[in-house]
Amino acid sequence: MDNAMWAFGRVSGFASLALITVSVLLGILTRSGRPPPGIPRFSITLIHRNISLLATVFLFLHVGSLMLDSYAKLTVTDVVVPFLGAFKPFWQGLGTVAFDLVLALMVTGLLRQRIGQRTFRAVHWFSYAMWPIALAHAIGNGTNGTSKWFLVMAAGAGAAVGAGVAWRLSTNFLETAKARAGALR
Amino acid sequence: MSQILHIDWTKCDGRGLCTELLPTVLGRDDWGYPLAKYARGGDRTNVEIGPRDAQAARDAVSLCPKLALSLAPQ
Repeated sequence: MDNAMWAFGRVSGFASLALITVSVLLGILTRSGRPPPGIPRFSITLIHRNISLLATVFLFLHVGSLMLDSYAKLTVTDVVVPFLGAFKPFWQGLGTVAFDLVLALMVTGLLRQRIGQRTFRAVHWFSYAMWPIALAHAIGNGTNGTSKWFLVMAAGAGAAVGAGVAWRLSTNFLETAKARAGALR
Repeated sequence: MSQILHIDWTKCDGRGLCTELLPTVLGRDDWGYPLAKYARGGDRTNVEIGPRDAQAARDAVSLCPKLALSLAPQ
């Protein structure tokens, strides 16, 4: 049973990170207003939300299983307060920071209608901080974090998100960018 | 019972989700902003929503990325 918790803790962390990566990319895509062929814009928004929630479920399983595991022995304090862990406190602390950010992102995401756009947006920007922190936690703390296969995948994810951010910052990012710029000429 | 979909133009950024969800009610201008197809009395800010579009209008309100839409009974 112990081995099962440990194995599940590792694989659920990996799954969560993979889903978070997809979610960040979908978030950038939905922000552009450009629907991919065959998928309407509102579907991209819904997929972004559902992938994020799924990532959060795996994140809870990741943290929960490692709390129950007799080797990792995560405490409630470890889960909430960063950098106090017994093993690799810095790298584990990054995971705690990312977890706390995910909680904030999830709560503000679900309460968007109530808290208003301004608050939602201010918190939602932190997803751009959460993703690299989560990735660094995976590399620094994961048992396979520095394995070649994981580093190759991490580099791929980094390239994808990097390209997404570069696209996000480019002038023609918005679907309507050309039309709107044209009005200024 | 029909409802009124109010568009807050100070919030709207023309992302186009509402025009997809309500294709028979809203068109889209060149800049991406929604346009009422049948504006009553020239009012393009308060758009009438029939019973058939009620669910789509609720979805548009909850999914609008800028929270620019609201629904009210007529």
